[in-house]
Amino acid sequence: MMAGQPAVPTRGSPAPAGQATPAVAARGITKRFPGVVANDKVTFEVLPGEIHALLGENGAGKTTLCNVLTGLYRPDEGYVEMAGGPCRFRSPRDAHEAGIAMVHQHFRLVQPLTVAENVVLGWSRRRAMWFSPRRVEREVAAIAEKFGMHIDPAAKIWQLSVGEQQRVEILKALYRGAKILILDEPTTVLTPQEVQQLFTALRDMAADGTSVVFISHKLPEVLAVSDRVTVLQKGKTIGTVRTADADARSLAHMMVGRDIVLARREATPAARVGEVVLALDGVGAMGDLGAPALTGVSLQVRAGEILGVAGVAGNGQRELAEVIAGERPRTAGTVTIAGRPQRGTPWEAIGAGLGYVPEERLGVGIAPGMTIADNLMLKSYRENGHGPILHTKQAMATAAEAIERFDIVARGPKTIAHELSGGNIQRLLLARELSGHPKVLIAASPTRGLDVAATDSVRRLLAASAESGLGILLISEDLDEILDLSDRIAVMYRGQVVDVLGRDRADRDRIGLMMAGVAS
Amino acid sequence: MIRFKARENVPRWLNYVVPLASVAVAIVVAGIVLAATSHNPFATYKNIVQASLTQPGAFSQTLVTMTPLMFTGLAAAVAFRMRLWNIGGEGQLYMGAVGASGAGLYFHSLPAPLLILVMMAAGVAAGTLWASIPGALRAFFNTNEILTTLMLNYVAANFMYYLIFDSNSYWRDLTSPSARVFPQGKSLPADASWPALQLGSVTIPFGLIIAIGLAVLLWGMIRATRYGFEMRVLADSPAVGKYAGIRTRRKILSLMAISGGIAGFAGASQVGDFSHTLDPRGLEQAGYGYIGIVVAALARYNPVAVVVTSFFIGMLVNAGFALQGPGFPIGLTGTMEGILLFCVLGAEIFTRYRLVFRRQQAISRTPVSPPSPAPAAVGPAAPPGEVS
Repeated sequence: MMAGQPAVPTRGSPAPAGQATPAVAARGITKRFPGVVANDKVTFEVLPGEIHALLGENGAGKTTLCNVLTGLYRPDEGYVEMAGGPCRFRSPRDAHEAGIAMVHQHFRLVQPLTVAENVVLGWSRRRAMWFSPRRVEREVAAIAEKFGMHIDPAAKIWQLSVGEQQRVEILKALYRGAKILILDEPTTVLTPQEVQQLFTALRDMAADGTSVVFISHKLPEVLAVSDRVTVLQKGKTIGTVRTADADARSLAHMMVGRDIVLARREATPAARVGEVVLALDGVGAMGDLGAPALTGVSLQVRAGEILGVAGVAGNGQRELAEVIAGERPRTAGTVTIAGRPQRGTPWEAIGAGLGYVPEERLGVGIAPGMTIADNLMLKSYRENGHGPILHTKQAMATAAEAIERFDIVARGPKTIAHELSGGNIQRLLLARELSGHPKVLIAASPTRGLDVAATDSVRRLLAASAESGLGILLISEDLDEILDLSDRIAVMYRGQVVDVLGRDRADRDRIGLMMAGVAS
Repeated sequence: MIRFKARENVPRWLNYVVPLASVAVAIVVAGIVLAATSHNPFATYKNIVQASLTQPGAFSQTLVTMTPLMFTGLAAAVAFRMRLWNIGGEGQLYMGAVGASGAGLYFHSLPAPLLILVMMAAGVAAGTLWASIPGALRAFFNTNEILTTLMLNYVAANFMYYLIFDSNSYWRDLTSPSARVFPQGKSLPADASWPALQLGSVTIPFGLIIAIGLAVLLWGMIRATRYGFEMRVLADSPAVGKYAGIRTRRKILSLMAISGGIAGFAGASQVGDFSHTLDPRGLEQAGYGYIGIVVAALARYNPVAVVVTSFFIGMLVNAGFALQGPGFPIGLTGTMEGILLFCVLGAEIFTRYRLVFRRQQAISRTPVSPPSPAPAAVGPAAPPGEVS
């Protein structure tokens, strides 16, 4: 998993742990939600000027803790301490004014406004009446310059790449005088090169006295950027260690309580690769805003192989999946699934043998308000029962079986889908898609947001399915995942396939440059 | 401090207790309003019960009033269940009445059972066609059906008035001089009157029997059929429906047609069961289509529950007529209906949340003891947890 990670020198740890007053601290925070204790007496301290990683699997309570720190949630027990004294945040605004800012995974930016306008938007200290765009732009540019984050303050948000939008979020926090900056999984939307730039900027900020809380579940990044690491597991603090004293193995062990090696697979031998099950020829499509999102995309997936699609988020991967699934109209080219030419409707694609694990699970792949049993027959209900009547008992039995076979943790077939955890939702989705015996499977970001154990089980499932002759199109922003699982790798940039590389020719730096549109 | 907490799971009994309790609350609140406007609440409630249930003929009259409400309630409930906001039940009912009365007049020579069937078919067809206009607009152009169905109500009303008041149409009675001065619809032949079921002193309209059968049918359809499954998926999330290969456009078209057909049946039943003529004023004043929306909302879009709520609203509507008088303005009955609706719909929150009473907790200023370093589960390989 670490092999090939861009070499970022590990930072020494100058932070004098134990002496200084923490900039912010969580003292025995407990936060309960219906059915779960998200934080259980969590204690956590961040010193001034340090980069403190908050490490844990998904569902370990990292985001909950940060939502408590930023005043979004109120703790059931315990309190937040700043500069040595307890403080009570009644709203995010209180936390904001105390100097705590958070960059969420989903950016909170207004698309039609400029960078500068977003930076001051909703900020009470500078009233709209006194708003001087040019002055704000100058100030924003100055901060950006200071930390080497290049951005045009007059640009509109929608014109920016995802990486740039993230910079806007960070600038917003800094401009408003944040002393503590919390970043929630900031690297998922970045190219390897952009990750390096971000890390450099974060180090400069720390050197400038800002405390950075870096939430992640990726060990190499945590090791590369942080001074100290606090590990959470199932809502509890496992401990805090200096990064210099830790290595990937020890951190992984703290995180999951056992050693982990994620499943990877060898390339399928050429002799075992079967006929073409998915063929795209010169496919074009529009994005949501009416601009071309795909141009001249040609790809082939054969039975028994995994074709990985690498690229920075937003370069046409989502549109690619939707076009194949028949959900997005095609403007050019042809799509053939298992020998059947597609006119471009979802029912046709399903009928031809397409399985599809969409990027958005809840709300696209899984009906949130329906039961597990209902969700499992989402695609097979046409064959279920006699005449127009559905066979409910049979559906329940099938569901109970699937829960067993795919290790879905739930009370039973009648559990409502949105009550399930992320990993179980994904297992439910895969259970349905794979039990429909598809010929091709599109897996879009299949492990995003899953914990290590769930990621491993999904990867194994994909590998085993390819082994048994399924053709898989694996779309992922996690380059490690693509490199670990794919037979061939297609790199996408601005709606085009830059190149398709065999696994033997694929190396991380080359792909990184292709993802950035630099090389081909 | 009082807080709402989301329930982890909703006990089944709560789904019955909460609506009943909310009705009780509504009765108390409405009683306060009555007392505040110097009416004796107890006497008023007694009057309501008498006028809608216990007086001679009152119960039968309530059944008469609930019949169209049940149809329009079902029409709304079935569409709303898929988040298709057909509030055009009113207009579809008018068109159903136009269709059924026209068929009843035109096919007057047919034997009674056949004539009644033709009337039903014509009413349903007219309502279906009328609802299919906004249905098609929504399916193909994604037009907001709330606006189109609402606007078509006025078009339908004007069309109906035109047939009787502003033209010498086939529907209008032009046989007597008085009918020329005071426009009215032609009376349907006696064979076109739908049979009523007589149980002791209670008269059960034919339409009511069909409506109850229909309610059960629709309930089964939503619960146990492929069509109902698709409806539930689309109601939950249109994106999931698209993903699952459900033909959304067809579903919108057909469900609008079904909903309109049911409302059209309400119009046919009005003509066949009760008025035996096309009576624009009576239909418009009754406003069954709009009240049907209330009926559906109270039933939470559950077709079987519509049977109960339409009876309840039917009682109130009837009692309203009886209560009205110099000392009792019509606005007051409307207020009472409003209070009921508010309480029942507002109480829904209690099925999903529970109230938690607790004292504000004091912030402990004493330091919290740090958690024990690295629990045993981590094992010897883990570095010791350092808590500074």
